[in-house]
Amino acid sequence: MDFPILWMKIAVVLVGLLATVPIMLFVERRGSALMQDRLGPNRIGPFGLLQAALDVVKFLFKEDRALRHTNQAYFTLAPWIAVVPAFMTFAVIPFASSMDWDGRHVSFQIANLDVGILYCFAIASLGVYGIIIAGWASNNKYSLMGSLRSSAQMISYELSMGLSVIGIILSFSSLKLGDIALGQGQAFFTVFGHTIPKWGVLIQPLGFILFLISVFAETNRLPFDLPEGESELVAGYHLEYGSMKFALFFMAEYINMAVASALVTTLFFGGWQMLPGFPYLHHVLFGSAEFQTQEIARVGFEALSFLSKIAFFMWLFVWVRWTIPRFRFDQLMHFGWKVMFPLSLLNVVLTAYLVMKGVL
Amino acid sequence: MNAEIIAFIALSTIALVSALLVVLRENPVGSAFSLILSFFAVAGLYALVGAHFVAALQILVYTGAIMVLFVFVVMLLNADKPVLDFLKTSKWIKMTGAAAGIILLIVTGIALQPARTIQATGPWSTEQLIASGGHTRVLSLSMFSDHLFAFELTSFLLLAAIVATIALAKRRRS
Repeated sequence: MDFPILWMKIAVVLVGLLATVPIMLFVERRGSALMQDRLGPNRIGPFGLLQAALDVVKFLFKEDRALRHTNQAYFTLAPWIAVVPAFMTFAVIPFASSMDWDGRHVSFQIANLDVGILYCFAIASLGVYGIIIAGWASNNKYSLMGSLRSSAQMISYELSMGLSVIGIILSFSSLKLGDIALGQGQAFFTVFGHTIPKWGVLIQPLGFILFLISVFAETNRLPFDLPEGESELVAGYHLEYGSMKFALFFMAEYINMAVASALVTTLFFGGWQMLPGFPYLHHVLFGSAEFQTQEIARVGFEALSFLSKIAFFMWLFVWVRWTIPRFRFDQLMHFGWKVMFPLSLLNVVLTAYLVMKGVL
Repeated sequence: MNAEIIAFIALSTIALVSALLVVLRENPVGSAFSLILSFFAVAGLYALVGAHFVAALQILVYTGAIMVLFVFVVMLLNADKPVLDFLKTSKWIKMTGAAAGIILLIVTGIALQPARTIQATGPWSTEQLIASGGHTRVLSLSMFSDHLFAFELTSFLLLAAIVATIALAKRRRS
C-alpha cells in the first residue's frame, strides 16, 4: 500500500473527527435553545459561532488540579482510554468509493479489514473502560455508581447491537464495510420508473430501529445517559474531572456520536452511495469534463453524500436528547433484556429464513 | 530489525508483564485491569500473524465483555483489601499451582512442536485463503461443517454452566 496516501487518509479522518467536536458543541447549544424556545449563546461571533473556540481556550488554561483522594495513575489514564478507541473505530469506515489516480487504485478507507464491522464493535467496546476506570479512580460514591451503571448498560446493549447487525451481514454476506456500502447500490425494486436502491433500512427495518436504539445506549446519550445522570449522580463518572481531562471525555462523547452516525449510515443508508439527485447533478456539471476530473467530482459527491447523511444522524442525536426524558435504571435493564434482545434474535432468525429462501 | 519483530517483542512483553501483575498485585481491581491489558496485547499478537478474526473476537468477547463483568463484580464487592494473601497460603497449594503451570507449559510446548516447521496446510495456506475469500469465511465454513459437533458441544457446555449458576444463585437467596 502507498504510504503517503495512507497517512493523508488518516490525517483527513483525524482532523474531520476533531472538527466535529466544536461544530456539534454549537449545534447542541443552539439546537437545544431552539427546541426550548430560548436564544442560546449568541454573543460571541456571528450567531455565537466563536463560543466553542473560547471554550477550548478556557479548557486549555484552566488549572488541572491534582486531587489527593483519587488514584492518580488511573485518574490520568482514564480520559485517554475513553478518547483513543473513539478515534480508532473510524479506521474501517469507507467515506467514498475508490478511484484510479495516476495509475494507482485509491480507496477512501483507511483499512479494508477482513473482519470490518467486528473490528468496529471490538474497539468500541473498549471505550467503556475509560468510564469505568474514571469512576473507580475518582474514589467517590457518585462516580463509582456512574461507572457501575455504565458497565451494566454497555454489556446489555452490546448484545442487541451485535445481533441487530447480523441481518445486514447475512443479506450482503460480508463483514467488510466496503462491500456492504457497495452492495447497497444495487437496485432493489422499481416504482414508477424510479429505481429504489437496496439500502439496508429497506431490507432490514427492524434491524435498523434496534441498532439505532442500541447505539444511543452505547454512546451514553439521552435517554440512556444514566452513567452521567446529573440530577441523580451530580455528574456521574466525570464528576471529579476538570480542564483538559474533562474536555477529553467531552470529545470522546462527540466522536463516538460521529462514529455511530457513520456506522448507521454505512450499514443502513447506503454509506457513500449518492443521495437522490446527486448523480443527475454530477452528470450536468461534469458530464463533458475529462475523465479524471469526472472521477474526482464523483468521489467528491460521494463524500458529500456520506457527510450529509452523518450530519442528519448527528442532528437526530441532538433532537432526541432534548425531546425524550431519561430512563429509570430498572426500565433500562428491562427494555434491554426483555424487549431489545428477543426482538434482535427474532430479526436474526427471520433474516436467515428469508436469505435461505432467496428473497433477500 | 523490521517493524513486525519490534511489534512482536513489544506486545509479548506487555502480555507477559501484565499477566504477571495480575497475580502479583494486591488490589483486585488493579489485577483485573492488568488482565485486560494482557488480553489486549494477546489480541495484538493474533492480529500480527494475520488472524484478524481471532483478534477481533478476543477483544470483543474477552476484553470488551467478560472483563467488563469481572470489573463490575469486583467493584460491586468493593474488595479494597487483598482477598488472597500470597504469603499466608499453604505450601501445598503453592506447589500444586507451580506444578500445574509447568505441566501446562510442557504440554503446550509439545503440542505446538509441529507448528514450528510445517507451513499451514489445506484451506489454511495463504493461496487457499485468498482463493476462497478471506480468513473469516474459511474459519466459519470449517467451524460449521467439519467441527460442528465440537462447536455445538461447547455451546451446550456453556448452557449447562449458565443453568448451574442460576440454580446456585437461587438456592442461596431462599
